[in-house]
Amino acid sequence: MGYPHKSHPKETPILSKYFGEPQARTLDGWKERGGYRALQQALGMTPADIVNVVKESGLRGRGGAGFPTGMKWSFMKPGDGKAHYLCVNADESEPGTFKDREIMRWTPHALIEGTAIGAYAIGAEVAYIYIRGEFTEPLAVMENAVKEAYSAGLLGANAMGSGKRIDIHVHRGAGAYICGEETALMNSLEGRRGNPRIKPPFPAVAGLFGLPTTINNVETLAAVPHILINGAAWYKAMSLSSPKSTGTKLFSVCGNVTRPGNYEVTMGYPFKDFLYDMCGGPLPGRKFKAVIPGGSSVPIQSMEEAESTLMDYEGFVAKGSMLGSGGVIVFDDSQCMVRHIARLARFYAHESCAQCTQCREGTAWTTKIMERIEAGNGTMQDFDTLLEIGDNMTGKTICVLSDSCAVPVVSGLEKFRHEFEAHITGKRCPFRAAAAA
Amino acid sequence: MSAQREGATQADALSHASRDNVGEIPYEPVFVGAVREELDALLGRYPNKMAALLPTLWMVQRERGWVSEEAMVEVAALLELTPAYVKGVVTFYTMYHQHPVGRYFIQVCTTSPCLACGADKVVESLLGQTGCGDLGATSPDGRFTVIEVECLGACGFATPIMVNDEVIESVTPEKVSQILTRFK
Ligand SMILES: Cc1cc2nc3c(=O)[nH]c(=O)nc-3n(C[C@H](O)[C@H](O)[C@H](O)COP(=O)(O)O)c2cc1C
Ligand code: SF4
Ligand code: FES
Repeated sequence: MGYPHKSHPKETPILSKYFGEPQARTLDGWKERGGYRALQQALGMTPADIVNVVKESGLRGRGGAGFPTGMKWSFMKPGDGKAHYLCVNADESEPGTFKDREIMRWTPHALIEGTAIGAYAIGAEVAYIYIRGEFTEPLAVMENAVKEAYSAGLLGANAMGSGKRIDIHVHRGAGAYICGEETALMNSLEGRRGNPRIKPPFPAVAGLFGLPTTINNVETLAAVPHILINGAAWYKAMSLSSPKSTGTKLFSVCGNVTRPGNYEVTMGYPFKDFLYDMCGGPLPGRKFKAVIPGGSSVPIQSMEEAESTLMDYEGFVAKGSMLGSGGVIVFDDSQCMVRHIARLARFYAHESCAQCTQCREGTAWTTKIMERIEAGNGTMQDFDTLLEIGDNMTGKTICVLSDSCAVPVVSGLEKFRHEFEAHITGKRCPFRAAAAA
Repeated sequence: MSAQREGATQADALSHASRDNVGEIPYEPVFVGAVREELDALLGRYPNKMAALLPTLWMVQRERGWVSEEAMVEVAALLELTPAYVKGVVTFYTMYHQHPVGRYFIQVCTTSPCLACGADKVVESLLGQTGCGDLGATSPDGRFTVIEVECLGACGFATPIMVNDEVIESVTPEKVSQILTRFK
């Protein structure tokens, strides 16, 4: 639901139904709300059957890439004689995204239950929940909930009396966006610097501690108990559009909008209604100008594109962007796009782990040039330089952080070129000039 | 990686003074008694000692407020790593302090979504009202250090700030003086 606001009648609150209800945080409160029935059910099924239900449901990863979850799980080969691991990606650091935070703050047992089911399904006895270091409150809530689950025998050597071992440990990061990248997260968990690894080998072959590993986002795992209880068909039916995008999705909304917050809608919901009705539209006297719909790493949309988008994996691609992490950043007509693109470039320069030359140099130079343009010291030549650097940063590095830095620059130059040009011809930022006048 | 860039400007005068002091006062190990027991329990969660490095460093920072070179040596010995390795890891992450910081370490998100909601004005107000003056500098009374931070994962509650381990949501320039009265 639109936490911190009241639920909107057109939302479909499944993951977010209990946001804002402190009782749902406790084990007793969670059980009263139907909690741990799905885990009980799962432990009576074979791992292969669970994987099949998840495959059938069409659930796709909510961490950004949208990879089919059931298929990812099926890469973990049972009976290979090796220890398997499940990593839960709770690093949530993509600007604009704050949904996993609310899942952990309000419904920690939903994540524990989904994690336990996932671990069992992929043949892992141990799962680690890697939480970004700044999430001190979600961390405390999760640690407490894990403790409760152990005390009640839901986890441990004999999880729910099944004779199966499921251990879940909460692990705190220490400040580094890059640790959200799956192999960087594994390095970080192993006590190393958080540098992404070259793939292959993929995590399902050699992941955490060199052993077969699956990594999933918080929201992905939190959806799994609902799928087991209600069935794959129920989940699949929740789509207003493409059969490739099923279920509900939590969208975090921030920036220049009347009611920022988390909203849960079924896939395919019209983005126009979402922005203007559900989120309350622009602030008084303002107009929307641009949207970054899936966290800072996806292309900027013009309002024309945004207003004709259906909110699912295919729908955002059809309108010049991507669903990404579901972090919707809204800018109104008071905002300078050049300033924001420069600031985003600085974010990526700051967060680059610096092992690839194209990324280390490219993010730094992009930032320099963008800041120069913003200050009114740019030239028309700079556009070509930016595009050339962007091209060199795309598809050439160990991970896609490098590509992500080029994305707002390239899409910004394409869709808001006039704002770039105005900075150059006027030799100053037109928005600052207007504010000063 | 970003730790150095922001950390390098932090209260250099203060940190040099403290480092000199460290030379005079013998180093007290962190991992004795109950803290040592806590570490031993923690080690059981991982198949090897190295994996406990991040949580071990968090314990150091909780006990001492920052992670000194001496503490890195202690941690290295406990986890069977070299001090140089431990330092390599410490410097990668932004949240481990390599110098003592003001009693209240304030981090303000200024990434684009918060910037769109006026985070720059919150920074200005904090720098003025704490007396820090500049980003990374410690206030003359030693109470505060203010730095900018990248997205805190609370973008819908612009502008979030972190004061030590506590996140405060929806901070505006007008609310700053009221908020600061809580931190004596
Ligand atoms: C630079 C970078 C940062 C990322 N940050 C996150 C993150 O904070 N949370 C997350 O779930 N996935 C993040 N991802 C995606 C993960 O690598 C991975 O695809 C995801 O955790 C898989 O889970 P899913 O299949 O359930 O989505 C990031 C990827 C990159 C390249
Ligand atoms: S692309 Fe950038 S962040 Fe990713 S591995 Fe290379 S240097 Fe590191
Ligand atoms: S951009 Fe400020 S919290 Fe995310």
